[in-house]
Amino acid sequence: MEFGWLEVTVASIVLTLVLGSILTRGRDWLDPEFWKRYAIVGSVVMFIFLWILTFDTLSKTKIGSERVPSPTVINYKIGYEYNPEKGYYMPVVYKDQKELLFGKEYTEEEAMELITKGKLVIQSRACMDCHTLLGNGAYYAPDLTKSWLDPKWEKIVVPMTQAKDKAEAMVKFLMEPDKYATWMRRMPNLGLDEEEAKAVVAYLKWMATINTNGFPDHFGESKLVKF
Amino acid sequence: MERILTKLWGDISNLPESRKIALMYWTVAIVLFGAQLLFGLLAAYQYINPDFLYSVMPFNVTRMLHINAMVVWLLMGFIGGIYWMLPEETGIDVVGAKLGKIAFYVLTGAVAIVVLVYLFIQWGKGNFFTMWFINEGREYLEAPRWADWGIVAVMAIIYYNVLATVLKSGRITGLMGVLLVDMVALAGLYLTGMFFTPNITIDQFWWWWVVHLWVEATWEVLVGVLMGWALMHVLGTPRRIIEGWLYLEVLLVFGTGILGLGHHYYWIGTPEYWLGIGGFFSSLEPLPLVAMIVHAVYDAGVHKLKTVNRPALFFIFLQAFGNFFGAGVWGFMHTLPQINLYSHGTQMAASHGHLAFFGAYVATNLVLMYIALQYIRAPEGPILDSKTWRIAYVGMIISMVGMVGALLVAGFAQTFFERAVGGATWQDYIVTQMHPWVKVPMYWRLGFGILFFLFYFVLVYDMLTIGRKAPTTETEVKPA
Repeated sequence: MEFGWLEVTVASIVLTLVLGSILTRGRDWLDPEFWKRYAIVGSVVMFIFLWILTFDTLSKTKIGSERVPSPTVINYKIGYEYNPEKGYYMPVVYKDQKELLFGKEYTEEEAMELITKGKLVIQSRACMDCHTLLGNGAYYAPDLTKSWLDPKWEKIVVPMTQAKDKAEAMVKFLMEPDKYATWMRRMPNLGLDEEEAKAVVAYLKWMATINTNGFPDHFGESKLVKF
Repeated sequence: MERILTKLWGDISNLPESRKIALMYWTVAIVLFGAQLLFGLLAAYQYINPDFLYSVMPFNVTRMLHINAMVVWLLMGFIGGIYWMLPEETGIDVVGAKLGKIAFYVLTGAVAIVVLVYLFIQWGKGNFFTMWFINEGREYLEAPRWADWGIVAVMAIIYYNVLATVLKSGRITGLMGVLLVDMVALAGLYLTGMFFTPNITIDQFWWWWVVHLWVEATWEVLVGVLMGWALMHVLGTPRRIIEGWLYLEVLLVFGTGILGLGHHYYWIGTPEYWLGIGGFFSSLEPLPLVAMIVHAVYDAGVHKLKTVNRPALFFIFLQAFGNFFGAGVWGFMHTLPQINLYSHGTQMAASHGHLAFFGAYVATNLVLMYIALQYIRAPEGPILDSKTWRIAYVGMIISMVGMVGALLVAGFAQTFFERAVGGATWQDYIVTQMHPWVKVPMYWRLGFGILFFLFYFVLVYDMLTIGRKAPTTETEVKPA
């Protein structure tokens, strides 16, 4: 079932007004009971609409759905391109171009295990209390929503860490961020071991493929920074 | 404990047990308020000198403590407010006083353990042990899972106490009716935040159920109840008017705030219809806050500003205007998706958060505490007043406006440079952070933060001393 925002908005307001009018018929609007009934109706109607939309949203954002892809996307090259039909930037998974992570092709189960580990590591180090993920968190460090696609990894961090590719550079950085600082505000060393760092890198790659309705706009196309 | 409370608050021998529990909560709340400010200052200083405590207490720890201390002290303040109004609304003392005190000690003990773990252990390996015993790592809800269950158990006891007392009294006022429903929603919502999923979209979807439906819905209604009760006591507003307004506010808060939740669902992977729904309903969220201003100003005007409790009255004004500007205007500024696409995740949200929490929630708690101080120290009048509360009041407002203004400038600059002109990358972030419009406001924020911390001490001094001296002012109106 497809929902349009306008239908939902109009339906929830009209239903509140109609039910409220029926239940308060004949009452003076200065009577607290009048507003009590409206308050109950308004709260219940809005909550019911929230539940309906919640079920719909949950079904559309399962792992493996169009919006939140399967973790096997970590086996492919990914990008972020403007979609003229939608009017915003969208992640693109190039299914014809393999880009293996750490030289390995992950099965569905293995990839799932890896990103589960990645999420646990991200939570255990309270990454959100410095960074933002999907734009939520603290503002002391950069947003990580599309971090996998950040040109800085290849332009600066790969040569700095003398890694053979971006993924390896990211692992090295995450294990010793204090050693590879690029600015006075350094990321602290949070004691990530190699397995944990790899899981975080996989998570960042997978997270970059989530359709975030165009956030951040034109990621990586900067008029401010030229490498 | 009774001795400590007597020393801090005054003679409490005649207070019902419920009100003694309120004072216990408020005492800890005020201490945690100080802790919130201290860790906020450390975090603010780290923006300027990132090497400060770099390997001892990095920013994620100071910031986590800053916000967690705030959430806990505000919640403890609200619980105190509920226990304070309970005997008067029901006409009897709380049913489970002993249980209520045990719950207080359990909550305070749990908070102390969580803080010590945050300070000295800080993080663990990426596994479920860490989630359960060290840090759950979800912004605002970092408390480990054992503490989550502890909070739920404590909230259940408080709910039992309120419900059982209401039932035993055989009467239910409109205020208590709204409170009982709101507390169920408040506790129920917390449960939606207690799970782990690798799917960050689903994670943040439910996480916002807790965060948004607390601070932009159930907390606002709770504050409506507490402020309504406060207006009856400070200005003598009739109950009928208070309850009529409260229902209108509930309609507007839940009517706009429940689907207003959608403004957090723009960019987390959720469907596009949330852009329209969230944009529309969250734009209307200031409506109940306007209603609250009209209510407070009208009541004060009708009574020609005559009151028994001047600090409480002025904190009511602060609450009404602070809530409107902080939550309403500052929230509206960046709530439309067309703007939020660029401002999301910038210091604009920090600016909004500082003013909204100060106006809506800090002020509410201070109103209730000053009402208690008047009741304990000057029950028959004269008017509760002092010079020091005025200094604290004006000082805190100026410092808060300074912090909020600084963060707003930084947020605008981030929105323009990092997000619109830049490409929102790591290097765009760094370049913008070094821009004078972001860098300089961080100094302002720290300066005004220090100022705020100093006025916090003035406030605490005032709370310890106000009303203890011999009466000097004539009573303007009889206390309710």
